Amino acid sequence: MANTAANPDSTHGEPDGTRRDFMFLATGAGLAVGGVAVAWPFVASMAPDAETIAAGAPLEVDLTPIQEGQIVNVFWRGKLIFVRSRSEKEIKEAQDVKLSELIDPQADSARVKDGHAKWLIVYGNCTHLGCVPLGHQGQYEGWSCPCHGSLYDTSGRVRRGPAPANLPVPPYAFETDTKIRIGEEAGKAAA
Amino acid sequence: MSAHASTYVPKSRLAKWFESRLPIVGLVHSSFVSYPVPRNLNYFWTFGAILMAMLISQIVTGIWLAMHYEPTAAGAFNSVEHIMRDVNYGWLLRYMHANGASMFFVAVYIHMFRALYYGSYKAPREILYILGVIIYLLMMATAFLGYTLPWGQMSFWGATVITSILGAIPVVGDTIQSLLWGGYSVGSPTLNRFFSLHYLLPFMILGVVVLHVWALHVTGQNNPTGIPIKSDKDTVPFTPYATIKDVFASMVFFAFFAYWIFYQPNYLGHADNYIPANPAVTPAHIVPEWYFLPFYAILRAVPDKLGGVVLMFSAVLILALAPWLDTSRIRSANYRPIYRQFLWLFVSVCVALGYLGAMPPEGGYVIAARLCTAYYFAHFLLVMPLVGLFETPKPMPGSILDSVTGPGKQFSGSGMPVGAAAAPSSKG
Repeated sequence: MANTAANPDSTHGEPDGTRRDFMFLATGAGLAVGGVAVAWPFVASMAPDAETIAAGAPLEVDLTPIQEGQIVNVFWRGKLIFVRSRSEKEIKEAQDVKLSELIDPQADSARVKDGHAKWLIVYGNCTHLGCVPLGHQGQYEGWSCPCHGSLYDTSGRVRRGPAPANLPVPPYAFETDTKIRIGEEAGKAAA
Repeated sequence: MSAHASTYVPKSRLAKWFESRLPIVGLVHSSFVSYPVPRNLNYFWTFGAILMAMLISQIVTGIWLAMHYEPTAAGAFNSVEHIMRDVNYGWLLRYMHANGASMFFVAVYIHMFRALYYGSYKAPREILYILGVIIYLLMMATAFLGYTLPWGQMSFWGATVITSILGAIPVVGDTIQSLLWGGYSVGSPTLNRFFSLHYLLPFMILGVVVLHVWALHVTGQNNPTGIPIKSDKDTVPFTPYATIKDVFASMVFFAFFAYWIFYQPNYLGHADNYIPANPAVTPAHIVPEWYFLPFYAILRAVPDKLGGVVLMFSAVLILALAPWLDTSRIRSANYRPIYRQFLWLFVSVCVALGYLGAMPPEGGYVIAARLCTAYYFAHFLLVMPLVGLFETPKPMPGSILDSVTGPGKQFSGSGMPVGAAAAPSSKG
């Protein structure tokens, strides 16, 4: 190959690039694409597998055996969920609070289903660091977390920190007046 | 890791600060960048890098499989099927790992052939070579332990047969066996400890590989002529010459590997291993994986339990004695006209033993296996010492450079291949 010209490849069309530059870029691009293609299955294999996803199907809970004032623990997708049958007094307390007093303002009506104010369904792990709060305890008689002292009211709303947010409400719907289906809002499946 | 001084010069202040406290960049530079390699290496010398890539591939896929595997007699088989069916890309991880074991042995057998053919085991590389034999032994143990983990029929009966081999040891055999089993037979405790050891051994292999590479970089690489490096003109720097060649060869090898994963993923396995382990029924035709077949043939060639076991282990351990059994002062078989023929005979015998190991142990197969076993050992105990004494070697080139350019030719440059020094940025 002639070495006399400063850039012998300039005759091939691209004045500033040599074939060696092209090879470097092509190799680099190939390595990047190949690297991602190899890494992808390894990362994807760590996501929930088909068995775990199948086991996360919606869960039906029969409410008939639950007495007034009782909190029943159920598990959906490995997560603890409280099903609480509230007394008239507890419902009234939850509804009468001024939203401005709340750390994470949310009306009680937004946390229960229309016409089913008796039933409070919330996730059972403290929004601070995930401990399980104790029912019917603390100043607000909702829940009191034994780990760091967060207090929740009878709507599962946080009233005293360090927890930053209310106990979340899982997706669920009433199938009949005495049966709920956790994992699906009415008419649509949970992600 | 290198006998010669590092030429690495840190440029930035941070690099200088770091290098004066932990000279690891200089170590890597002197081992894998400026390290001088013989200029005449052929593609047999890329298998070290290929084996390193395979070891990493096996460790990574193994760690990922262990995330989904359950090492109990009740759960192992189902967890493997769970990996195949439910885990995202689980089939790919498992096929990579299972076929990767076979590819690992393909590469190691080529690597070992290279060492035997070019005399890489001879002084001053005895320790380097013996470390290699130790790695091979660890690989065999790891492969056997791994094969038991799916807990199919071949897993179970392979584990039973191999652990029974240790029962052949006089006096303490039974005790060793029950310590291995953790019970009165192969069962859940056995599987659990085999899993633990299967996870451990690859990291021990990695440790011995570090010693192997260290020893290599002290003695320097052998080369197809077997002549030692005499001047800088005999060598080229590791980077870019050896690095690019190693990477290219690894890519070709991984293409071969990919063929097995994607087109013949179960060809090298046994269909019986998709039947859950059943202690009441032994598969009709039980054979080990292909890479153990020559040793299996030797085991069965002897009509005595203890004798067969002793001979089988000797067949591996005798490899470690090669540096002292071979009396020739010439390393490369290219210059040993008689030994070269015996070496190819040895290779043929190993392949034949592999074939015989897969055949049923009866009639002519047994006789053939005995003849091959006899030559296997005779090659080390008779051919290596005697041929070295009586053989007249072919004329040797004066140096590595002479073997490449022809004797007496001179050219300017400092150890670069012909033409490589000229304006590399303009090469097409």
